[in-house]
Amino acid sequence: MKPFTFTLRQEPPQRVDLSPLTPDRLAGKSVAQIENIELGETRISTKVGDLFKIAEGDLKNLRYEGGSSRFDLVGAKLLPGFAIHVEGDVGAQCGRLAKGGTIAVAGGAGPHAASGNLGADIEINGDAGDFLAGPLAGELAGMAGGRIVVRGKAGERAGDRLRRGIVVIEGDAGEDLGARVIAGTIFCLGEARGRIGYLNKRGSIVLARGGCFGSTYVDCGAHELTFARLFARRLRNHSAQAADLLSRRLRRYGGDTAVYGKGEILTPD
Amino acid sequence: MPDIVRNGVTIDDNFAEAFPMSGTGILITAPNAKWARQAALTMTGFATSVIGCGCEAGIDCEVSPQETPDGRPGVRVLLFAMSSKDAEKQLVNRLGQCVLTCPGSAVYSTVAGEFEIKVGDAVRQFGDKWQMSKVIDGRRYWRVPVMDGEFFCEGKVGLTKKSVGGGNLLIMGADWDKTMRATEAAVSALDSVADAIAPFPGGIVRSGSKVGSQYKGMSASTNDAYCPTLRGVTKSALDEDIGCVLEIVIDGLTDNAVREAMRAGLRAIIEMGPEQGAKRVGAGNYGGKLGPFHYHLKELLP
Repeated sequence: MKPFTFTLRQEPPQRVDLSPLTPDRLAGKSVAQIENIELGETRISTKVGDLFKIAEGDLKNLRYEGGSSRFDLVGAKLLPGFAIHVEGDVGAQCGRLAKGGTIAVAGGAGPHAASGNLGADIEINGDAGDFLAGPLAGELAGMAGGRIVVRGKAGERAGDRLRRGIVVIEGDAGEDLGARVIAGTIFCLGEARGRIGYLNKRGSIVLARGGCFGSTYVDCGAHELTFARLFARRLRNHSAQAADLLSRRLRRYGGDTAVYGKGEILTPD
Repeated sequence: MPDIVRNGVTIDDNFAEAFPMSGTGILITAPNAKWARQAALTMTGFATSVIGCGCEAGIDCEVSPQETPDGRPGVRVLLFAMSSKDAEKQLVNRLGQCVLTCPGSAVYSTVAGEFEIKVGDAVRQFGDKWQMSKVIDGRRYWRVPVMDGEFFCEGKVGLTKKSVGGGNLLIMGADWDKTMRATEAAVSALDSVADAIAPFPGGIVRSGSKVGSQYKGMSASTNDAYCPTLRGVTKSALDEDIGCVLEIVIDGLTDNAVREAMRAGLRAIIEMGPEQGAKRVGAGNYGGKLGPFHYHLKELLP
């Protein structure tokens, strides 16, 4: 069955909140009702019908033909069993607080992608903005489950306050990757800059390129880790490069000893 | 009722009576098959009967590196107890003393049961707060630092209350050698049946028991009806041509696993014939009123 498709008519005139457009919230609504849903974030009205041409299909499977960096909150609070595909870019907070399901973005994503994600499997084919999987201002924890894979680069503070789950950045990462991580696992296959793993409590940060991680990270030697073998196998379908990285002998830097010191940075030996 | 004869082996028109048990198990992997097997052997030692050991455990099968979660050689161990609480207690104790201690080992859930029991979630505390949790595809695993690296262990493993314990075959032959030959053949045949184990030494028990005793307070005692040296002085179940009786007890995760294991064992004994192996095969029961599972030998014939 064909996916339920929203074809973009024109670039949105303002930022739009696409959180109402998830399968569970669209269920039972007619096309006319859906077209009438308000998406605008200002006093000026922008409705679904103004932006999209709707082609009905399998509601479990939403598809956006065309994206925009003004598409905020795509797949927010998505539930398990549902899928969203965006053939284009998305804006801020893609997959925000998603409980499950899959979100695939063919283009890039704005800031706070996968923020507060609880279980969704998110893939960004292009670059991601700042605070990938990070919390919004005032929140104590960032992503708390699920997985996000970014094929391109990520902005600054990726994985900020990560609580649980897997963040894979296949390209470069901006400043302060994995800052304030509580737990979880972050991969960066490109270059990472700045204070990597700053105040990391007990998360794992796996880097393709080694370096100096500051005096609060302590070299614990190179090891064959059983967990890495299992992790690599489960990750292979989502990021073969990350799986390859984990399959190598890894040097473990324990830290950040400025806090608990129970986290780690792993790099190939 | 006339007994059935197959390939010269007499099959009693009798049935094995079995009981519901709580079944669980783990998959142990290690850097090589030797150490995976060693962990499994150690963990399943002193686990022949629930009466004195608290559980019945055994090795179900070896698992090739292609089939294990971490790509290392593995051994699947099954453990059965009379209640899920007993099963949990025994599994956690044996895991902590026998598998955690075994070099190179890692532990994964291998039983798809309707319940889950905490295993890694209990053993993790050995890590003295240095343990790290990893959630992979919704399952929690623990990395516990130990002296050879890390002990890696799944947080919870499956448990099923649909398990069956007490399937059995009584193998009777002219002498010890022949009876043992037939019994060993039966054990190796039922080893290949998935989800079933024979918990006694090498899968074989020579001291089959009956309910009750002449002594006060002993709930079980030697099965004198099947003791060849008592043939004349007791109400014996043995004819003159029987000089040795060995028993195989089978526990399985499902009713069907026990049935298939008994079927495989029976076939191996019959194929060997009475000249090389056993003359007669029987089964143990308590009159059929105690256990809900009955395995009639005549229904299991090849």
